[in-house]
Amino acid sequence: MRWEFASPILLLVVWQVLAMLFPGRLFPTPIAVAIELWTDIVDGKLIADMAKTLRRAAISFTIAMALGTAIGILFGRSRFVDRLFSTWVIVGLNLPAVVIAIVLYIWLGLNELSIILAVIVNKVPLVVTTIREGVRSFSTDYDELALAFRMPFRRRLRLVFVPQLTPYVLAAARTGLALIWKIVLVFEVLGSDGGVGFRINTMFQFFDITGILAYTTAFIVVVLVFEYWVMRPLEHYVLRWRTDRG
Amino acid sequence: MADGPRLNIDVDEKRFPGSAAPLLANFHVTIAPSQVVALVGPSGVGKSSLLRMIAGIDDAYAGTITIDGQAAGAAPPAGFVFQDSRLLPWLTALDNIRAVREQTTEAEARELLARVGLAGSENAYPAQLSGGMQRRVALARAFSVNPRLLLLDEPFVSLDAHLVAGVQRVFLDLVRDTRPTAILVTHLPEDAAKIADRAIVLDGRPARIAADIELTPAPDSRSAEQVRALAHALSNYDEATT
Repeated sequence: MRWEFASPILLLVVWQVLAMLFPGRLFPTPIAVAIELWTDIVDGKLIADMAKTLRRAAISFTIAMALGTAIGILFGRSRFVDRLFSTWVIVGLNLPAVVIAIVLYIWLGLNELSIILAVIVNKVPLVVTTIREGVRSFSTDYDELALAFRMPFRRRLRLVFVPQLTPYVLAAARTGLALIWKIVLVFEVLGSDGGVGFRINTMFQFFDITGILAYTTAFIVVVLVFEYWVMRPLEHYVLRWRTDRG
Repeated sequence: MADGPRLNIDVDEKRFPGSAAPLLANFHVTIAPSQVVALVGPSGVGKSSLLRMIAGIDDAYAGTITIDGQAAGAAPPAGFVFQDSRLLPWLTALDNIRAVREQTTEAEARELLARVGLAGSENAYPAQLSGGMQRRVALARAFSVNPRLLLLDEPFVSLDAHLVAGVQRVFLDLVRDTRPTAILVTHLPEDAAKIADRAIVLDGRPARIAADIELTPAPDSRSAEQVRALAHALSNYDEATT
């Protein structure tokens, strides 16, 4: 546990040493970045941009997870549906994210809907694939158990199906979040009226590397807070029955 | 005390798709209330399939199986014990018992666990229990569903000998207290000799009854020597059929 805490400190030390070895405007020290970060927080700009980005990520994530889970279950349960639409999923998985964003910007304009839709279209195939595998791995033994004891459908759903699916939903959520954090920013760079990506793009025009690193640091802190305060406790609670968990 | 039901098994034909010979043909057995019957025979003879037909899991056969006059599929579900304990790993021992029957209260589930010697393990997950403890929970779960009719599919398989003795003791205590009708599927004559009142030895395809034997004295009062003698007698039938 102590090594986990040592890790970011080590990163900061390496950064500071490198910045001292290669001094200059394009390689700021962590202290300079921290001062810039504080200034951006105090004047409210960073908070507003971060809120915009997080809102987009949250909406996209929620819709993509719900949609992907529903479609994944359908694919996992119906061989016919899986065969008919599996190529769509493969295309969706391999379609470059930038292409989807540009096409949607052209069709729908540079607006909020386009960004959110582009993120959803990018993420849904990933969720579908993970959930489909989860449903396919359902144990027939538990089906037989439910049949032998004649468990009603809703009870079977709650006590037999959902717990088997949960590890896959968590896996899809985790990989999906990692993807969404990245592509939301890329799409904001491509075209938006605010957000972390938009601001980084503006800073890029002025070669403001200190500002870019300040925004990036803030974003990484948010991602880590979400990982350690939301995802891990949630995963630990939901999968508490697993004895192989350290 | 809950006396078990009478079972009438009249299977005209049970055949798996694509199979040349039927698994069962003109198979008729009557099981008296509160009798503990062991179905003994080699693997693949149809013992487990018959158990699933009685449980109402498999209704793809010609004929009728009735439980106290009711068709198997319409009768109250039997308490089924599978080869593996088949506990839901994400539920505690207590919740595993309550999962299969909505009406089972927490107090009833606790009492059942105590009866199988697992008081204090209510909140343990299956992975935290030994193989023998898991089978006991499975037995308690079966009792919670239907204390009158128990169907046990090789419930002692892949357990160490000392654990088997423990689970069998628990089973005999429950049978003595509640007098259910029970059908035990086993390939081991020793299991039948220890806990059954009657043994039906199956062989061939379609399965035929090679022997139908009343096992006396009652399991509770059987000495170790008597168990050995009965197991030996059943082995002779079993070997003759394989």
